[in-house]
Amino acid sequence: MGFIYLDHNATTPVRPEVTEAMLPYLGGMFYNPSSIYSPARAVRRAIDAAREKVAAAIGADPRRLYFTSGGTEADNMALFGAAYSMYVKDRRKIVISKIEHPAVLESARALEKRGFELALLPVDRNGIVDPVKAAEIIDDNTIIVSVMHANNEIGTIQPIKELAEIAHKHGALMHSDCVQSFGKILLNVKDLGVDMASFSAHKIYGPKGIGAFYVRQGLKLAPLQYGGHQEMRVRPGTENPAAIIGFGVAAELVNKDFESGVPARLAAMRDRLQELLIGRVPQTCLNGNTDRRVPNTLNISFAFVEGEAMSIALDRMGIGVATGSACSSGDLEPSHVIMSMGLKEEVAHGSLRFSLGLENKMEEIEKTAEAVTQVVERFRMMSPLYEDFVKSGTGGDICKQN
Amino acid sequence: MAGFDYSDDVMNHFMAPHNMGEIENPDGIGNVGNPKCGDVMRISLRIKDNVIEDIKFKTFGCVAAVATSSMLTDLVKGKSIEEALTITNKRVAEALGGLPAVKMHCSVLAEGGLQAAIEDYRKKQAEKK
Repeated sequence: MGFIYLDHNATTPVRPEVTEAMLPYLGGMFYNPSSIYSPARAVRRAIDAAREKVAAAIGADPRRLYFTSGGTEADNMALFGAAYSMYVKDRRKIVISKIEHPAVLESARALEKRGFELALLPVDRNGIVDPVKAAEIIDDNTIIVSVMHANNEIGTIQPIKELAEIAHKHGALMHSDCVQSFGKILLNVKDLGVDMASFSAHKIYGPKGIGAFYVRQGLKLAPLQYGGHQEMRVRPGTENPAAIIGFGVAAELVNKDFESGVPARLAAMRDRLQELLIGRVPQTCLNGNTDRRVPNTLNISFAFVEGEAMSIALDRMGIGVATGSACSSGDLEPSHVIMSMGLKEEVAHGSLRFSLGLENKMEEIEKTAEAVTQVVERFRMMSPLYEDFVKSGTGGDICKQN
Repeated sequence: MAGFDYSDDVMNHFMAPHNMGEIENPDGIGNVGNPKCGDVMRISLRIKDNVIEDIKFKTFGCVAAVATSSMLTDLVKGKSIEEALTITNKRVAEALGGLPAVKMHCSVLAEGGLQAAIEDYRKKQAEKK
C-alpha cells in the first residue's frame, strides 16, 4: 500500500482527464485569448466553455463568474470590493463568522485596521453559526456578511440561506466562501441566496492557482486590481487558459461524481473511520456536527496528546493527515476554529483532521484507524497530562469547557 | 515560513525517545509548561552524591518538544548537578543537529524542566536538614 492521503481539504490530486485537457494550452495553444486571429479565438472559446461548465456546476449565470488566482483572491475581492464599493456607502460594519478561513478573516482584520468595524458571529458547540445570534449582530450599518458554506477544518455546513435573508433584510451584502463545499455537496448560488461566492479548482481535483468569484447580476463592486478588459474588468490580467480549462473539466466531473454516488461512498468510509476511532480510543472528542457536515471530513480531538507529534508519527507510518494544533502553525494558539467551539486547550491541541477523497479505499480507512489508535496510545504513555488524568480518577466531559 | 524539516537526530529521538517515563520516589521532580501553549514537561531525578544517576521525562508536546526532552536526559545523565545546570537549551538544540527556527521555543521547555527538578531536589534536601 502506498502513501495513504487523507488531507483532501488541503488539496486534491489532479484528475488525469483534467491534466490531459490542460496540456494543449501549455504547448501549441499558447495564444493570447484576447488576440483576434483564429487560433487565439479558439483559446477564447475554450475559456468560455470552461466558464459555462463551472457556472453550471454552481447554478450561476456564466456572465457573473470571474476567474481568479484562487479562493483567497475571490475572498479578498468580496470583502474589499464590498467595503470600498459605493453601493454600500456610509456603512462601516463587516460581519464574518469566528470560523472563517484566513482569507476572509485576515481581509476583515485588514479592513478593521483601515477604519471599518468588525463583528464576529459566534458558533455553537458543534461549530454552526446560530442565525438567531447573527440577527442580533447584523444591522443597518452592515456592509457585508461573509460566512463560509462549509468549514475547512471540521466540515460543518452553515445556514447560508437564513443568514442571507437576515443580511438582505438590513440591505447588506451576503458572501459565502464555498471553497470547501464545492464538489462535496450539491450547491446552487441562487438557492443559497448569496450576492457573492468564492470557489477554488484544486479542492475539486483541478489545478492549483485558479479559482472563481461569483457576483450576482446587478451588483457592481470595486475591483482589487486595475488593468485590461479581461474578466469584464472585474479581474483584469491575461487569463491562464490551461488552468481555466482544467477547472472547467474538474467542475464538469464533480456533477458526474454526484450522479454516481461518490458523496455517499465517502460518507460511508468517513463514518467507519469515526466509528473505529471513537469506539477504540477513550477520551476522544468529535469536533463538529454529525448532521450538518460535508461527507468527506472528520475532525477528532484526542485528549492529552499533541497534534503535530501525532501527525508526524502518522507520516512515518505512511499516512497524511492535518492537525489544528498550534505547533503546526508556528504560533502558540490552537486552531481558532476548534477553540471557537469551546474546547479546552489541552484537548484542542490534540485535534486531527481526516479529509477523504475519490481515491481512498476502505482498507486504507481500516489501516488508518489501527495506526491512529497505536499512535495515540504511544503518546499518552509519554504525556504528563494523561498521567495526571488517570491518577485523578475523575470522569466528566473532557471535551468541552463549562 | 514554518519549517518542518527536522534533522535525522530530532526524528530519531522523537520516534524512539530515551529515558521516557518516571522515576518512582524521585529525589527531585520538575513540572514546566502550560497545556494552553501546547507543551508540558515533567522531569524526575534520582541523585546520589551530587550526581544525576537517573533521569526520566514525560512530555506533552510537538516533535521538537519530545526530541529536546529526550536529548536533555542523555546529556544530563551521569553528570554532577553543577555540570547539568550548565546545559542550555541552545546546547540541547545543537546536539540534535539544530531545530527549525519556529521550534526553538520548545527547547526552552527542556532546560526549564531540568532546572525546576534540580530546584525541587535542593528544596527537599534543605528540608531534610
